[in-house]
Amino acid sequence: MSATTAGTQTPARAQPDANLPGPIAWAKANLFNGIFSSIVTLAIGAFVVWALYGLVQWAFINAIWWVPDTAAGKPDPTSCRLAHGVGACWAAIHDKWRFMLFGAYPYNEQWRAGICIALFLGLFYVSADRRFWNKNLATIWIGTLVVIFGLMWGGFLGLPYVPQDQWGGLPITLILATFGLALAFPLSVLVALGRRSTKLPAVKLICVAYVELIRGVPLIALLFMANVMLPLFLPDGVNFDKLLRAQVAFIIFAAAYLAEVVRGGLAALPKGQAEAADALGLNYWQKTLSITLPQALRLVIPPLVNTFIGFFKDTSLVLTIGILDMLTASKTAMADPVWQGVSTEIYVVLAIIYALFCYTMSSYSRSVERKLDVTKNR
Amino acid sequence: MSGSIIDPRLANARAAPKRGMQLSWSDPVFRNIIWQTLIVGLIAGVIWYLAANTVRNLEVRHIATGLGFLSNTAGIPIAETLIPYDPATSTWGRAIAEGILNTLKVALVGIVLSTILGTLIGIGRLSKNWLVAKLTAVYVEVLRDLPLLLQLLFWYSLLQGLPGPRDFRGSTSIVFLTSRGLRLPLLNWEDAHSWALVVFVVGLIGTFLWNRAANKKQDATGTKPAVWPVALGLLIVLPVLVWAAMGAPWTLDVPVLKGFNMVGGGTITPEYFALLFGLVLYTASYIAEIVRSGIQAVPKGQWEAAGALGLHPFAVLRLVVLPQALRVIIPPMTSQFLNLTKNSSLAVAIGFQDVVSVSGTMLNQTGQAIEGVAIIMLTFLAFSLSISLFMNWYNARIALVER
Repeated sequence: MSATTAGTQTPARAQPDANLPGPIAWAKANLFNGIFSSIVTLAIGAFVVWALYGLVQWAFINAIWWVPDTAAGKPDPTSCRLAHGVGACWAAIHDKWRFMLFGAYPYNEQWRAGICIALFLGLFYVSADRRFWNKNLATIWIGTLVVIFGLMWGGFLGLPYVPQDQWGGLPITLILATFGLALAFPLSVLVALGRRSTKLPAVKLICVAYVELIRGVPLIALLFMANVMLPLFLPDGVNFDKLLRAQVAFIIFAAAYLAEVVRGGLAALPKGQAEAADALGLNYWQKTLSITLPQALRLVIPPLVNTFIGFFKDTSLVLTIGILDMLTASKTAMADPVWQGVSTEIYVVLAIIYALFCYTMSSYSRSVERKLDVTKNR
Repeated sequence: MSGSIIDPRLANARAAPKRGMQLSWSDPVFRNIIWQTLIVGLIAGVIWYLAANTVRNLEVRHIATGLGFLSNTAGIPIAETLIPYDPATSTWGRAIAEGILNTLKVALVGIVLSTILGTLIGIGRLSKNWLVAKLTAVYVEVLRDLPLLLQLLFWYSLLQGLPGPRDFRGSTSIVFLTSRGLRLPLLNWEDAHSWALVVFVVGLIGTFLWNRAANKKQDATGTKPAVWPVALGLLIVLPVLVWAAMGAPWTLDVPVLKGFNMVGGGTITPEYFALLFGLVLYTASYIAEIVRSGIQAVPKGQWEAAGALGLHPFAVLRLVVLPQALRVIIPPMTSQFLNLTKNSSLAVAIGFQDVVSVSGTMLNQTGQAIEGVAIIMLTFLAFSLSISLFMNWYNARIALVER
């Protein structure tokens, strides 16, 4: 725009400034704009103040942060019992946070699980950075996941071996989510391509049936199925452990949803792109891998991240088949008779952890969306 | 106009000579057939292998396949029943029917309530009132960031932490929210109420017909006869008159404390209450976003143009904005309804006996794993299909007719 057209434009007339500056004018325009609005503002304002006051009283002022030990060396919950319903018992979290985060992982080895969490976070951070979006990323992923599993299992370099049924807490949640995504994503791309195929009707039919069947049933049904039916499907003597069975169910579940997102991206891409690739004489895989798929995936980054968020939240459903993920471990921690009646506090801490993960992902998706918009409007 | 020949010059053009398929790797058609045969063969092989294993495993474990077990006595208690059920004599078939009905009960009520709440919150996010807009935004952000299962467990634990019925001794309230659930007073239903209801339904049909006639008159003459006096008369005045004429019975069955528990009135169990509450709050946060983006998708010029035509703001919303917004709203709304139905299966975690929970108990007790999972899947596929069909029908009905 600009240099040539700017001279011909009539200078814009200054608009009279309707929004007088100042907090009072702002409040008048945004809070007390009319009788109805004022009543709503006052009512909601009163409610918010009341709720915040109660929350602060419960979570901070009346809260029990620390309790003394009994003679037996166990924490003495008397003060928490007295404060029940009036103040939060954060002392219980203080006592239980290791179990919530690491489940039944041997206490002295929990630093390993802690490093695994840090490695996962680093992996997510690197994957979110566009500078790393190249072939090295796959290498980074494989390398990190190998290290994570090595650390979790141990059995070398003097690290004691920790069998898989002792794993628990946040590492399980992250393993289920990350592996599920890492394996479901390539599968979903294949399914999406198959579903859009015009020349392979049999393949298309299989892909449609798979996606619609999986999306039609709840995840719990798939977890049940993996838990009770996989052992029936396999020959005698071959047996997966529970975590792997749940992981398989997750991958099958996630791939169906991701495939629909990827398909949306492929459908949104202008047809000219594929036609131009055909005209250049590229074969199907050259066309897909270097022309259509990269562009389609770029288009669907925000919905992909939203699917990831849903998937991360859904890992909590393994509670129903008794895998000790973060939610299940925390529920187990609540069952401790010492901290009887302490559940809200534990749920609040869990909620904060889950919300941190999900909020980070969703704000990342929004920022990518903004960046993509810039390139689109250029 | 016929459209059969686009360009007269093409009429004499010869079609490209048709070649038969060559049995060579360079023929794409042949290649495609080979590939598909390979893929289908591979998948069929895997399924065959799994099925063969399953048959062998079932034989080893002495589990008879088939649905015959459905007529065996279940022997499990079911807390909430919509059809008569007796743990001692009722069959597995009936137990599963109870489960399906319970799922339906949660899903249908949940869909209605979450649509209402979600729409209100979605509109709230567009409010000019800063406080309303911010508060609804916080609601949406927080509820969407927490796993539904966590929310359900949280609400359920809050309900269980409530004072028990005993602590309400001497209370004069008629509604009780205790650790045993919500107790409400019920109206003692009498003939007069039934008749008033019948009159109300007839009145509803009458109002509908009158409205149609009024619209027709508006099309013909330009003025629309008032509808609201007819509606008021048929829907409120007449039923009340019928009820009053029959003696105006009005007695409530109020819950009272007897011993350690409440008796009388209607009751909503804590499991159902927590499940419904959690599902509605969670789904409403998604529906709110759909409604908001649907309304925002209607260009501002549509509002302004309709206003310039002199339409009342309500008419602008009803006649101009909503029809366009609904077109954007309905498809994602359908998938939210489906999600809510599927999410109702989380009932199993808080002990509400829906179809997943009952089938789970069944497959643990009878070992009929394949049948149990099949029942769950078929139930949900049937629900999904019916909701999709209904919403597609509705979508087709409200879709804007384009040129």
